[in-house]
Amino acid sequence: MASKTQNASQDAKKALEVVEEQFKTLQILNEDGEIINETAMPDLTDEQLQELMHRMVYTRILDQRSISLNRQGRLGFYAPTAGQEASQLASQFALEKEDFILPGYRDVPQIIWHGLPLHQAFLFSRGHFQGNQIPDGVNVLSPQIIIGAQYVQTAGVALGMKKNGSKAVAVTYTGDGGTSQGDFYEGINFAGAFKAPAIFIVQNNRFAISTPVAKQSAAKTLAQKAIAAGIPGIQVDGMDPLAVYAATREARERAINGEGPTLIETLTYRYGPHTMSGDDPTRYRTSELDNEWEKKDPLVRFRKFLEKKGLWNEEKENEVIEQAKEEIKEAIKKADAAPKQKVTDLISIMFEEMPYTLKEQYEIYQAKESK
Amino acid sequence: MAQMTMIQAITDALRTELKNDPKTLVYGEDVGVNGGVFRATEGLQNEFGEDRVFDTPLAESGIGGLAIGLALQGFRPIPEIQFFGFVFEVMDSIAGQMSRMRYRSGGHYHMPITVRSPFGGGVHTPELHSDSLEGLMAQTPGLKVVVPSTPYDAKGLLLASIRDNDPVVFLEHLKLYRAFRQEVPEEEYTIPLGKADIKREGTDLSIITYGAMVHESLKAAEELEKEGYSVEVVDLRTISPLDIETIIASVEKTGRAMVVQEAQRQAGVAANVIAEINERAILSLEAPVLRVTAPDTIYPFSQAESVWLPNFKDVIETAKKVLTF
Repeated sequence: MASKTQNASQDAKKALEVVEEQFKTLQILNEDGEIINETAMPDLTDEQLQELMHRMVYTRILDQRSISLNRQGRLGFYAPTAGQEASQLASQFALEKEDFILPGYRDVPQIIWHGLPLHQAFLFSRGHFQGNQIPDGVNVLSPQIIIGAQYVQTAGVALGMKKNGSKAVAVTYTGDGGTSQGDFYEGINFAGAFKAPAIFIVQNNRFAISTPVAKQSAAKTLAQKAIAAGIPGIQVDGMDPLAVYAATREARERAINGEGPTLIETLTYRYGPHTMSGDDPTRYRTSELDNEWEKKDPLVRFRKFLEKKGLWNEEKENEVIEQAKEEIKEAIKKADAAPKQKVTDLISIMFEEMPYTLKEQYEIYQAKESK
Repeated sequence: MAQMTMIQAITDALRTELKNDPKTLVYGEDVGVNGGVFRATEGLQNEFGEDRVFDTPLAESGIGGLAIGLALQGFRPIPEIQFFGFVFEVMDSIAGQMSRMRYRSGGHYHMPITVRSPFGGGVHTPELHSDSLEGLMAQTPGLKVVVPSTPYDAKGLLLASIRDNDPVVFLEHLKLYRAFRQEVPEEEYTIPLGKADIKREGTDLSIITYGAMVHESLKAAEELEKEGYSVEVVDLRTISPLDIETIIASVEKTGRAMVVQEAQRQAGVAANVIAEINERAILSLEAPVLRVTAPDTIYPFSQAESVWLPNFKDVIETAKKVLTF
């Protein structure tokens, strides 16, 4: 009996190794901006390539300005994004307008590029309800604070799209820490069981606040968690815009063709702290690790790639930077001009029809506000 | 008119709305081909198809998230949580998400969701099936919480809940599912949410109650009548928001009040009802407002239900304290 048990556990170990081998990192562009995987190269025009670079540069500036505006007290809650431009923007770049994004708290750039006006993103940061009043036709939710909730909701949006017969997908993002949540598993499992058109993106930036990914799970990759749902999982170099774009585009094709959801793990890094609310990354991260990942900067390799193709230069980049700074300034002004929130505003957006007790409270606050 | 049990009235309301509104979806664990563990959705999948009435994987949180996502795509979801003791698994979707969506989006999105779920004691269920957890829901801004006690109310309130454009938690008492039949109109009708119902008129004492305790209170009122007391029984029907006007009008008339709930003393909504009466009608009170509740322990092992659950005798005992204060 003993030897049989041993055989069984050896087989199980072998099965695990076989599984891990199936999740090789997809990379198209190396750190020097060279195409190393021609066959996976996505079909993008020169203009599209330039537009993607434009967005990545713009978003890096947005991050720098947001951090400094936060330090000046002109922004509130802010989760830095520098380092994740390929992961965030190349995946959004693979979407269509009719696709629905359910972002996490760090995923403000995606919903901006999907159509949320910048001043509203700033109002979200400050804590003003008008920041979350998404314009009609922009298919996004405001950033989700409860880690994992966006995953189960995505399964529902995707099932709704399937039932409505729309050729669109629901796309959501979480981090490496988020893969430990129950809602993460339930979300991908529901979407799998209903064969719903969803794309689940895990942005593995190595740390959940101070906790390294190795402390989240013994799994060698996060992409392999897709196996538990019986859906395809893919690990991509999250610092490589072309690989992220290719993986997302392919997942979208599969989804709108009725083949169900995909889990995409992007290997990425956040250069900044977890959030601007007092997190100090030097307590848990070494400068060696920071330096190692700075070499992988998505902007550096994409810039090299485009420069070699004659599609990018310093002048173009400076134009984007100036434009970003100008638009950010305008957006902050617009956010400053938003009217102060009143309790009566907050009461009014609770229900379609105000219950008796809220009506009473509305009148009390209306009287206070008119003093 | 037809004689219906409460569960038949519920099925009838679901059928009515599945017919009326192509955007309604009924789903949960075993609600499809099986017709639900209590037959509440019996025959609905057969009549409306798997696209409208369907089973889900066994995960309450996923069911809640599914409702939110479907609502974002224009559907009117009517998910079921098999027993309300399992609500803890889906607390975030209900209390952390759908209740907040209209507010957090500044009115851009809304959640026309009705979460149906059975609860309640007296039928010797296993652990965490019968717990009265309505108090948790009633403390959540953005939710409406409905607890019918009769077949007639169940149909009208469920239709109103489904048509409401904000989330409603609709709690169905297990003991009342087939306890008795009542005339229920076959045509559609609604009962406004947030409106209590006077189940018995009286002049000496107001008993404010809901769920299975409505029937215990009515039984107690009958006994008390034999002793010469005229007792008014107010069935809250919606426990959040409370029908303040009906409660206060009754208390102002009778001058004495008590609140009866099946939940533990520290749970439920009795304390809130008393606070509202104290703030609004203290000058009408001849006596303090007392409560009949379960003791503050975990819900009993099934064999202990009869000594633990409040019943009409407890109501009579407390009523006399209030009447003779």
